[in-house]
Amino acid sequence: MGLRNFFDRVEPHFERGGKYEKYFPLYEMVESFLYTPKTVTTAAPHARSYIDMKRIMTYVVMATIPCILMGMYNIGFQVNTAIETLGATGWRVWVLETTGIGFNAANPMVNILHGALYFLPIYITTLVAGGIFEVIFATIRRHEVNEGFLVTSMLYALIMPPDAPLWQVALGIIFGVVIGKEVFGGTGKNFLNPALTGRAFLYFAYPQEMSGDTIWTPVDGFSGATSLAIAASDGYQEIVARGTTWMDSFLGFVQGSIGETSTLACFIGLAFLLTTRIANWRMIAGCLGGMIAFSTLLNLIGSDTNPMFAMPWYWHLVVGGYAFGLVFMVTEPVSGSHTNMGRFIYGALIGFMVVMIRVINPAFPEGMMLAILFGNVFAPLIDHFVVQANIRRRARRHV
Amino acid sequence: MEGLLSLAVKAIFVENLALSFFLGMCTFIAVSKKISTAIGLGVSVMVVQAITVPANNLILTYLLAPGALSWAGFSDVDLTFLGLISYIGVIAALVQILEMVLDKYFPPLYNALGVFLPLITVNCAILGGSLFMVERDYNFAESVTYGFSSGFGWALAITAMAGVREKLKYSDIPDGLQGLGITFITAGLMAMAFMSFSGVKL
Repeated sequence: MGLRNFFDRVEPHFERGGKYEKYFPLYEMVESFLYTPKTVTTAAPHARSYIDMKRIMTYVVMATIPCILMGMYNIGFQVNTAIETLGATGWRVWVLETTGIGFNAANPMVNILHGALYFLPIYITTLVAGGIFEVIFATIRRHEVNEGFLVTSMLYALIMPPDAPLWQVALGIIFGVVIGKEVFGGTGKNFLNPALTGRAFLYFAYPQEMSGDTIWTPVDGFSGATSLAIAASDGYQEIVARGTTWMDSFLGFVQGSIGETSTLACFIGLAFLLTTRIANWRMIAGCLGGMIAFSTLLNLIGSDTNPMFAMPWYWHLVVGGYAFGLVFMVTEPVSGSHTNMGRFIYGALIGFMVVMIRVINPAFPEGMMLAILFGNVFAPLIDHFVVQANIRRRARRHV
Repeated sequence: MEGLLSLAVKAIFVENLALSFFLGMCTFIAVSKKISTAIGLGVSVMVVQAITVPANNLILTYLLAPGALSWAGFSDVDLTFLGLISYIGVIAALVQILEMVLDKYFPPLYNALGVFLPLITVNCAILGGSLFMVERDYNFAESVTYGFSSGFGWALAITAMAGVREKLKYSDIPDGLQGLGITFITAGLMAMAFMSFSGVKL
């Protein structure tokens, strides 16, 4: 237990009155990351639970692993496939050639390694840039750096386009961490999802690099629209006509942001989160219900001019960021509704909004990000009305 | 009918007075601390907006617009330069009359709206509504729809804002940002979420 001894030895320096008192949050972060905190509640009442914030956050990060792997595999696969015809340049090519890994799109390991060369720079930039600001705020405001940031950074990195310029990645996560979270006092005190706040900020500030047909597979001269963009212009039948079956879309072999393409991987994460009871099934049910109900309604209404009206719910489910948002963003406990009834309504509102934006708003082909932010804005209000209804109901019971 | 419906949706969500035009910010920020008062103010704005926009529309059509006075024999008179002052006057007068009527005949509603009614006289969302009506050449039916639904959109925005601010009571906001600072940031972030409607063509 040399490490434990080391922590015990240096701890007095960081406590009140110590040499490095100012940097206590930093010390606390490293220590509690490696060891279970030894502080326990002394006053009654005690709620005994193994689920603390650290475990919740770590579980969410674990749940993203299928998405990470599948995301890296898909990027590698898309890029390697495109390279076969277009050729490629850049430092990644140099790395892959010198190490002898090559560009064989049929080999999954090669694909994953190539994809990692896209994912890791984004993820590391996110961690470093966001982490610096997280620590600055924690140090000045004297609160603890906690694992919430691990989740935020992971989710944020997974919703980036593979070739996003790294300075923009850094800018976005800084905006998300500072404006989306830290100005409200840190994890658990924000009202919008910080990862999505950063992503939405980038989306509106740099539409060139964050949307379009050329950013999803970073090979010069390659152009591939996302399924949603195709469906928005030519109808969902056209997705199949261009060689992407529903199964491809479900498994994730399509154009899109890093982690969002594979519905299957998201659902594996969802199964994990639901089994561990970290994700609340009510939000999932509400969001699925809202999406299915509204898209079916639009199918029935139909439209001559807008092909998106005809898109059935099972396509809405697999294209774009719906599944990823459903699993990792809608279920986020802080920015969502906190009452059980409210969770259904909150989920349904997001499900409705995502279809609304995708189908009716021609400005944005994808709607999940904005729909969730919209839901976040109304979540406290939903809670308020649920609580008021409950008060009224109980008051009636005891006249 | 379909046109009116899409106008209503547009006024409520796409061109939300508070969150996409940032009109009526003073009351939006000052009176959004509690959900119940925010709803009260929102309803007042809705009522006043639904009355003043059509009223101003009538004034524009029958008194101010070029050739509007032809019924009185002045067919070449153009009084549009009097627009701004007339609309303000109409709004102030109507709010006062409304207040007296409510006080006399609907005391519960009057008590519920309380101080908000006089406050609304100087709310720029109200004047903004009337000016948009002029600028976009709404006819009477459209003004009624626009007045009501733009007021509703504003009410929705301030209620959501109050919800968020009630939640933020439990936050730990840095000293320099407490109060108005964080409220402005919140309004900005809410406007970003409302961007989901921007671009909707109806």
